[in-house]
Amino acid sequence: MFVYADNAATTSVSKTALDAMLPYLTTEYGNPSSLYGFAQHATEALANARATVAACIGADPKEIYFTSGGSEADNQAIISAAKAGARKGKKHLISTKFEHHAVLHTLKKLEKEGFDVTLLDVHEDGVVRLEDLAAAIREDTCLVTVMFANNEIGTVQPIAEIGALCREKGIPFHTDAVQAAGHMPIDVKAMNIDMLSMSGHKFHAPKGVGVLYAKRTMPIFNLIEGGAQERGRRGGTENVAGIVALAAALKESVDNMEANTAKIIPMRDKLFAELSKIPHSKINGSLAHHVPGTVNMCFEGIEGESLLLMLDANGICASSGSACTSGSLDPSHVLLSLGLPHEVAHGSLRLSIGEYNSMEEIDHIIEVVPRVVRYLRDMSPVWDELEKGRRPHLI
Amino acid sequence: MALYSDKVMDHFQNPRNVGKLDDADGIGEVGNAKCGDIMRMYIKVDNGIITDCKFNTFGCGSAIATSSMATELIKGKPIEEALQLSNKAVVEALDGLPAHKIHCSVLAEEAVRAAVKDYYDKNGIEYNPDEFQLHDCEHCHD
Repeated sequence: MFVYADNAATTSVSKTALDAMLPYLTTEYGNPSSLYGFAQHATEALANARATVAACIGADPKEIYFTSGGSEADNQAIISAAKAGARKGKKHLISTKFEHHAVLHTLKKLEKEGFDVTLLDVHEDGVVRLEDLAAAIREDTCLVTVMFANNEIGTVQPIAEIGALCREKGIPFHTDAVQAAGHMPIDVKAMNIDMLSMSGHKFHAPKGVGVLYAKRTMPIFNLIEGGAQERGRRGGTENVAGIVALAAALKESVDNMEANTAKIIPMRDKLFAELSKIPHSKINGSLAHHVPGTVNMCFEGIEGESLLLMLDANGICASSGSACTSGSLDPSHVLLSLGLPHEVAHGSLRLSIGEYNSMEEIDHIIEVVPRVVRYLRDMSPVWDELEKGRRPHLI
Repeated sequence: MALYSDKVMDHFQNPRNVGKLDDADGIGEVGNAKCGDIMRMYIKVDNGIITDCKFNTFGCGSAIATSSMATELIKGKPIEEALQLSNKAVVEALDGLPAHKIHCSVLAEEAVRAAVKDYYDKNGIEYNPDEFQLHDCEHCHD
């Protein structure tokens, strides 16, 4: 059985999105900037897509900028706020320790350019505290950027409360909503969100297309010069087919959100319930504030990469925050930000499921994971020491 | 291209000599749980020959595969020959490893030497301690 359980990494393109985009690759291939009637079909498709996306998040179409993806949107939002802030002598930005690297690396770059950055703690449950944010706000704070939902552990942040606080203090608020868009209700007005990033391929649109929402009053600076596209804020011929697909996929996800969530939650809960029966396992992140499909757990005494390879051999696609899979010497910064020791973080597993998964697939995962964990523990000298009491169990 | 060679995947999925030796003559353990890999090597020695060898490993796919390959390369060999086992030989026998996984082969080489050192210590056999230095793990996490 093949089970794709890595939907937080990417998703398949939905039939709706594919059908919507195909004409713009084949018959309607005009450049939206061209004058003749033939290209106007592409221009109209672009305008319709913009209106659709805006409607999905409670924004105005003029506030939607199409980008190459979530990372570009994050970069543009943060750099724009920093530039605008610097002009007023405000050079302090607030974020969290467990943001996506698209945010953290951009902040690192700004730090080198003389900006001050405060990264808020996310505590053991993976949720930012409002009082921590309130205490971090300074006279010269030019941006608060807090992700809507975390990509590794799935915890959802108190976005509306953060938005209200930022509005009260007059500080722009950006949220990286890459893991939330299409999966959770988003209303930029009600939540007081000034800027928001999303990525099409996390909700069944193709890779390489994303959105930056920026409230009309937000100054947006270009990352890419070169033309009047996106109201002069992003040069380059638009990825028309991708944009059309993104809008179709987002609308489809938002229209079906209730039904999808109702389907996903019992599958996710079964995973949590059954995999928690594995001794010395731990669920990472609060379940009280959670996106529907993400399951992140640690299993003591084993290492994540070998776990993933064994799952792959059993037809299961998943991910891990171990050092070996993060491409560095340290395990994922997200897991470490929860206060997990390195030893435990190495044994992490992320399963992210979606509406295309079935209960049979969940049962397959539940059959395979405990068996593989047992197998790897049997050959693990760390597990041997834990069992003999020579090393204290940490979870 | 896949992350690992077919040989690495074979040794990962069907590790040779995995397990423990209750009557081992030497046991060597190297690595650090914080780094994400620990290897424990058991050897049985008879007349200067490594007659049996088993391993336990906590770590990634290549850590398990290099341990497995190392046991194959030293089993049945005289101790002196086992001490000549280099990480390079382990890598070559596995048809290569990705650059960031080379350290796993270093651990495998060191696990063998640590087991031999333990055998020497237990049997009062003299040796040059300089030849049994392990690489420093701490510098990985500053």
